[in-house]
Amino acid sequence: MSNSNNYDAIVIGGGHNGLVNAAYLAKSGLKTLVLERRHLVGGAAITEELIPGFKFTTFSYAISLMRPDIVQDLRLADHGMMVLPLVNTFQPGLNGDYLLLGADADANFHEIARHSREDAESIRDLSHLIDRVCFALKPLMDNIPPNAMSDDPAELAAMAGLKEYMAGLEPDVRMMIDKFVNCSAAEILEEYFESDLVKALIASSGIIGSKVGPRSKGSGLVWLFHKMGEYDGIFGEWGFHKGGNGGFTEVLAKAVESFGGTILTDADVETVIYENSVATGVRLASGDEYFAPTVVSALDPRRTFTQLVSSDDLPDSLIEAIGKYKFQGTAAKVNFALSDLPNFPGLENRKDIYMGFTNLGPSIDYLEEAFADCEAGRYSKKPFLDCCVQSTIDPDMTPPGKHIMSCFVMYAPYHLSESDWDTERENLGDVVQATIEEFFPGFSSLILHREIVTPLDIERIVGLTEGNIFAGELFADQMFLNRPAPGWNQYRTPIGGYYQCGSGTHPGGCVIGGPGKLAAQQILGDLKQQAG
Amino acid sequence: MPKTTAFHSRLEPLNETKVWKNWSGFLIAPQFKYSLTNEYYAIRSSVSLLDTSPLFKYRISGSDSIRLLERMMSRDINRCKTGSAQYTVWSDDKGFVLQDGVILRTDDFEFFLTAGEPTLRYFKSIAREMKLEEVIVEDVSEAYGILALQGPHAHNVISQLTRDATDLKYFDVTHADICGTEVIISRTGYTGDLGYEIWIPHENALTVWDALMAAGEGYNIAPIGTTALKMARVEAGLLLMGVDFDSSRFAWVDAQRETAIELGWSWMFRNLEKDDRDFIGRAAIEAEIKNKTSRWKTVGLEIDWHSYEAVHLDAGILPPKSDLYRETTMSVYRRSETPWDYAGYATSFLFSSLLRKPIAIAKLPLDLTDAGTEVDLEVPVIRKPVNVLAKVSSLPFFNPERKTAPMGGGK
Repeated sequence: MSNSNNYDAIVIGGGHNGLVNAAYLAKSGLKTLVLERRHLVGGAAITEELIPGFKFTTFSYAISLMRPDIVQDLRLADHGMMVLPLVNTFQPGLNGDYLLLGADADANFHEIARHSREDAESIRDLSHLIDRVCFALKPLMDNIPPNAMSDDPAELAAMAGLKEYMAGLEPDVRMMIDKFVNCSAAEILEEYFESDLVKALIASSGIIGSKVGPRSKGSGLVWLFHKMGEYDGIFGEWGFHKGGNGGFTEVLAKAVESFGGTILTDADVETVIYENSVATGVRLASGDEYFAPTVVSALDPRRTFTQLVSSDDLPDSLIEAIGKYKFQGTAAKVNFALSDLPNFPGLENRKDIYMGFTNLGPSIDYLEEAFADCEAGRYSKKPFLDCCVQSTIDPDMTPPGKHIMSCFVMYAPYHLSESDWDTERENLGDVVQATIEEFFPGFSSLILHREIVTPLDIERIVGLTEGNIFAGELFADQMFLNRPAPGWNQYRTPIGGYYQCGSGTHPGGCVIGGPGKLAAQQILGDLKQQAG
Repeated sequence: MPKTTAFHSRLEPLNETKVWKNWSGFLIAPQFKYSLTNEYYAIRSSVSLLDTSPLFKYRISGSDSIRLLERMMSRDINRCKTGSAQYTVWSDDKGFVLQDGVILRTDDFEFFLTAGEPTLRYFKSIAREMKLEEVIVEDVSEAYGILALQGPHAHNVISQLTRDATDLKYFDVTHADICGTEVIISRTGYTGDLGYEIWIPHENALTVWDALMAAGEGYNIAPIGTTALKMARVEAGLLLMGVDFDSSRFAWVDAQRETAIELGWSWMFRNLEKDDRDFIGRAAIEAEIKNKTSRWKTVGLEIDWHSYEAVHLDAGILPPKSDLYRETTMSVYRRSETPWDYAGYATSFLFSSLLRKPIAIAKLPLDLTDAGTEVDLEVPVIRKPVNVLAKVSSLPFFNPERKTAPMGGGK
């Protein structure tokens, strides 16, 4: 075996967390290798030119939660990071009604006041309270959580410190955190709002990517998670990366290489090599081997603990926890290339309404009915759609005057009770198209190309188990102290030198970078201790 | 897109600057003329007309309205008799100010209130909490336009249109008829001058505007923007939310909040021991008074002209005077052995053309608030911070007799 196959650290998986992790390791001076199974890096954050001139964000399509310290540490702006802020959020109803919210808080007040003057006032109170909640939780998001299963005095002290911190929060903030954890999004929203459009717009944050309806417990926490990136008001911080989310992971790849890291694509890791519970390298499906004392899995917890290594070599409690860890993907994508922008009756000449998220899900009942189909093992007949016409913000996504529309589809359960996804793929596309047609008559005539991505496709192509976009549900019992398993929430594994850094670790999914960064922090700390 | 007020079609051609700003979602002119000082003098020398329609407006009615207002308002609503108005403030549980506003009592059980920020839901939630059944809180923001007619000739103008304004004493309120339109007139304003504020039903707004402008023609009536108004209110010692203080509602920490007493409104609580109103924040306000825990007191600062002139002349420039109004925070220092000994801050700064000197509204620790106390105010001189001598003064700086004088030879 040649010397060139020896590294200080190997990261398995070139998704955004793998790249963030590798960039930190490389920056600290480690000779770092990223191995990516596919022909391109990015994982679920990729952009593909499926037809000439049209760039599709096949999977992940918007960006907000990327931790600002990572952007600084990895000098991402220098490498071309460019987040184009969204202009508007559009929530159409089915009766000609709509909500169109933008950057002007006063205009938003009047827009919401058309539906309810009290709601227009409430949203300010609620936003302020949520901002304070996010501020209070920021240290938890940005640090390695304590290990609740450990007897180590440092960990016991950290747990005690955490309890004390939470107890010291202002009562209204603490109460709101309790509500997010224990209540459904709808329950919280009923307290604040009367307009269905307003409630549904906000409630949609509580169901994204998760097997919960707006009235299910758990939707509160998903909602809170999505707010954590938005310190700048209600809709302030979401944006589209130039060139789609694939443009962003290209920036990360450049950062890795700028720090001296190496990225190999078409490198499918079959197994981690370890002896006496100490990792020494990896073997590819091709038989090639690469060696390093530090091996990091950016894959999801199931692959990290049951595929890359043998379950037999791990404690039963961990394997049991990973067995129970819920993936149950419920989301699909349908992406369209369009000859022109859709028309919304009554706002025919308003192109700006598409410059952001277009949220098709006009009432809590609508979302709840969509969820009822999911519970029954079917994809929603009337799905909730989060649509983005990215070309209205970034003209380089399409030929001039043409458009690309990414539609995130809920619900599309991974397990269908009466069919399978290879059979249903085109039917799902038709349902989505018909739904859009209802809101935007004439939509179908604009379609130049249609890409359908089922949860099974997400699993097959990206490797996310059961197509869960967060690498595991964002439920309270699989977050923070428990992500991905109690006692194994600090990026380490039972195998020495083998670490985890994917979205299945704290803080969780979305293009957030936190897992990759915190894992690097843990790894570098461990190496320092070993050296010292 | 910002909305426009009921008067916009008249204001639009009058705005020489063509500059508009967004006030609570409505287009409003910061100034109509290029010279702010010229515009300001309409308020002090002739008569001015200002559109304040973007204010939030509420109608509170029903036999339980008094009970609701007793609970909500820090100032005693019972001291606001039918046919009068009251400057009031509402506070949170900790005694921090949520908002201030003027409330008009048009009938025994009918009140109209203006507010800078929306507060409908908040008031309704208090009514619900109290289980009050006989009270209706309505948002009438869009039902009325408000015009402020302010200046020494204000009565000369309005008396041509209605006799009902003439008998109004300072802070009195009446219904009146102007050109067939039922309006509400209060002898109030934000200028510290003689003036009236007129609530006009939205649909008849232009009729009343036209009538006022016609009646004012011989008195050089001029439309004014919000900046001239703000210059006048500094002289009148009137605080502005968002500039001199912020609402407790959207603060993050108590350091961003202020109590009514810290804002200089302790006079609202002069007879507190004589009433037993259970108003929100009462316990905190009582404790603040009893334990003297106010962190600040709001005072006026008169900047010493000689000192102000000298620091500029020393730097080789003339002291800036014209059209000078600032809302940026300026630090105030204790005059002591220690250089730059931070004491407090000024929130509004004006070179008062009328008083011929710079003045400011400031917050200082209690030991520096006696009238005449000398402090240093930090001003930028060629972009460099320089201290000038300022003396603490009581507010208002300017308080003409005409503001409260009887009109039309009345009592």
